[in-house]
Amino acid sequence: MADDVVVEFLVESNENLDLLDRELVQLEKDPSNRNTLASIFRTIHTIKGTCGFLGFTKLESVAHVGENLLSRLRDGELALSPEITTALLRMVDAIRQMLQSIEAIGSEGERDDAELIRILTRLHQGGGTASTESTASHASAPPAASNGHIVEPTEPEAKAPAMEAQKQNGSDPYGSRTEAVAPESSGEGAAAGSAERGSVSDASIRVDVGLLDKLMNLVGELVLARNQILQFTNSTEDSGLVATSQRLNLITTELQEGVMKTRMQPIGNIWSKFPRTVRDVAAACGKQIRIEMEGKETELDKTIIEAIKDPLTHIVRNSADHGIETPERRVAVGKPAEGRLTLRAYHEGGQVNIEISDDGAGLNGDKIRKKALEKGLITPEQAARLTEREAVNLIFLPGFSTAEKVTNVSGRGVGMDVVKTNIEKIGGTVDVQSKAGTGTTVRMKIPLTLAIIPALIVTSGGDRYAIPQISLLELVRIEGEAALKEIELIQGTPVYRLRGRLLPLVYLNRELKVELESAKADGNTVANIVVLQADDRQFGLVVDEINDTEEIVVKPLGKQLKGLKTFAGSTIMGDGRVALILDVLGLAQSSNVVSESRGRAHSEKETQTATGSGAKQTMLLFQCGTDGRMAMELRLVARLEEFKADVIEKAGDRKVVQYRGQIMPLISISEYLHVHHAEGNGAATEPMQVVVYSEQGRSVGLVVDRILDIVEEAIVPQKPSKQSGLLGSAVIQQKVTDLLDVRGLVRAANPAFFEDEEAVLQER
Amino acid sequence: MSAQQFCTFFVDRQFFGVPVQQVQEVIRYQEMTRVPLVSRVIRGLINLRGQIVVAVDLRRRLNAPDRAEDELPMNVVVRTGDGAVSLLVDEIGDVLEVHDDTFERPPDTLQSASRDLVLGVHKLPNQLLLILDTDKAVNGSGHDVELGRVEG
Repeated sequence: MADDVVVEFLVESNENLDLLDRELVQLEKDPSNRNTLASIFRTIHTIKGTCGFLGFTKLESVAHVGENLLSRLRDGELALSPEITTALLRMVDAIRQMLQSIEAIGSEGERDDAELIRILTRLHQGGGTASTESTASHASAPPAASNGHIVEPTEPEAKAPAMEAQKQNGSDPYGSRTEAVAPESSGEGAAAGSAERGSVSDASIRVDVGLLDKLMNLVGELVLARNQILQFTNSTEDSGLVATSQRLNLITTELQEGVMKTRMQPIGNIWSKFPRTVRDVAAACGKQIRIEMEGKETELDKTIIEAIKDPLTHIVRNSADHGIETPERRVAVGKPAEGRLTLRAYHEGGQVNIEISDDGAGLNGDKIRKKALEKGLITPEQAARLTEREAVNLIFLPGFSTAEKVTNVSGRGVGMDVVKTNIEKIGGTVDVQSKAGTGTTVRMKIPLTLAIIPALIVTSGGDRYAIPQISLLELVRIEGEAALKEIELIQGTPVYRLRGRLLPLVYLNRELKVELESAKADGNTVANIVVLQADDRQFGLVVDEINDTEEIVVKPLGKQLKGLKTFAGSTIMGDGRVALILDVLGLAQSSNVVSESRGRAHSEKETQTATGSGAKQTMLLFQCGTDGRMAMELRLVARLEEFKADVIEKAGDRKVVQYRGQIMPLISISEYLHVHHAEGNGAATEPMQVVVYSEQGRSVGLVVDRILDIVEEAIVPQKPSKQSGLLGSAVIQQKVTDLLDVRGLVRAANPAFFEDEEAVLQER
Repeated sequence: MSAQQFCTFFVDRQFFGVPVQQVQEVIRYQEMTRVPLVSRVIRGLINLRGQIVVAVDLRRRLNAPDRAEDELPMNVVVRTGDGAVSLLVDEIGDVLEVHDDTFERPPDTLQSASRDLVLGVHKLPNQLLLILDTDKAVNGSGHDVELGRVEG
């Protein structure tokens, strides 16, 4: 039983210490904030009280002097100085070390905190005289500690029982924790505090992570069983079974989402340590750094949060240590003395983007080139060919460290290559962009969860393989004559011109050394190209067949198969058979798309143009009417679909289709814009081409006559259009093309679509 | 005198045994998904009630000729330090209880490729029971990986 109490104490105290770090740094910025001070005092007091009860005397003595100091700060008898903050932070560190030791060996361990206690006591006593003088005198004038006379203040002790009593009010053991975490409206408001405490702790319970992991596994199994049942019901007529399996489908999906949510944690949990980290670095290097955070509440799976903790810390330290310059230097180049470090996290396309940017000196491409050359990581020819962006990304090469001198802050042997390896291990990517003089941005893309991922299922040589959707860019299908003609060879290496750029092709069956199905081998008139992203390079994977996208449950490979770089894992498909999950990066390496010590590969047009002309847009080109060429931004396109005429139904006077469990209205662009319809073509007979546009969970289908192409060009609208639904015209691929105003068109044709949004706007 | 129970099976007319404690289950032939680029000893992956299990073909492991097309192997699923692994065998025998005093180390003259897979021999009245070293059997040693590379 005693063990349980200690474990509870450790968990609670560790949470409290994290809070302390944050609050102390916050307090330093705003020393007059009494609420923060009161909260800090309470936290230390709780630790002191509990460890005294449990008999950890060393811990208690450190917490005790800290508490004394804090009580005088709280009562306004002392003003906060950097020295006091540093001492308090040191105390937090000492407490943390002791807690770790208690966790490991059951006692505080052999340690001597006399010096820390002496410093804290000195500050505490010195404050008595200094509080009437200027704050600055703390640092310089050593107070009367030398006489070894320690004054035991009676005042905090008198207050302590009151605090204790307040805590006892909450009958639950977690009362003190929630109290510390919940922001209190007033420092003294004990009554309000306890009321709030009751509701917070009643609404949440602690659950063992192991249990959640087990639940997650079970849900994974359930998803597989569901997939199998759905496959069976596809071939049955029994309407009762079909209805039940539909219900099972929905419930399973919701359950899966629910269980995944239980494992989600806001990224703020790891960010909360960074203000302290940055403060320490800044203090050690004599810099001024402000840290800003956006999207703290962005949630990630617990395992992923843990995996990115160290890489993130490393990057933040790096930015603070090497990125941001000293105040003098900054002022000299016309920047504000205080450097800025921004952390940003946001969801995008089923993954989380994390950006760490600083407004420091930036990375010097030439210096990095030189350094990489010196270390023999690249050849002179390669160095000459590298674009600025590629050069900057050389810092991810193993054996590369940019710091000219190794400081004790960063550059302790953990290089950026380790960061990259760790991020890639969890299926993420990392990339750095920098402009000399203005700053550096490190951008990571991280999957939301590792356990269940969306994947594209393809067939090659008769077997199915799953490709994680995170690496998928687009699908290209070339049919008939074109398949033979458009795949060209450069000295035997197949390439395909994708929108004017050369896309290296990799044949999956050759890579895996599996034979083609004989039928396919003869009449090879269809080429299915899966365009994939590996590192910063694109390549096309040629497969026999593209099946579908599916949510798959990732299972690790057995020990016997661990050595295979080409496979990332395995999964069980709807029919119960096993399919292998392709490791896109591994595949790219084994087929030499990406050389193994990355960053060496040939320069790519994309990166050149990206740094060159800048703002390019990816546009979807389509045809409306006989010769109307139109374009819309690809990012507005949720999906491209084909609907047969017989699935189109009517709701009121509108055409609708049932789409993914919703009723989706269809808007014919040509009808709406009164363009001439291609008569005789009989739009009703062939499948209808629909561009699906989604917003806030609702979709609308834009009916077009033909999808033409996807282009990436810098679009300059020529003349603004008077017609509603059009933004104007531009020249794309040497032809005049109308630019569609998607939102305007949808609003005009179907005002109900934005209804909620407008209601919200009106409320404000 | 202590006795031990063995789950027995046949591979290329040789009589093998694995301690019953190591055997998770014995199941009939299952459909497999082949794994490209791997040693030919690994025949594929089996879905064992949601658990994905590697199938090691003992015939190939012992450098014996492959079964005829129409002869389907049986799965002996054994527990190893790294989870369950299925051994593909020709035919399942009885569970036998044998005494330690019938055990003998394999003779030094046994020089076949499979020597390292045999822990020893139990001398039974009618035949010899070869005791399989399951850990070695599932973790293919050097030479068969090379073989796999040549033919795979």
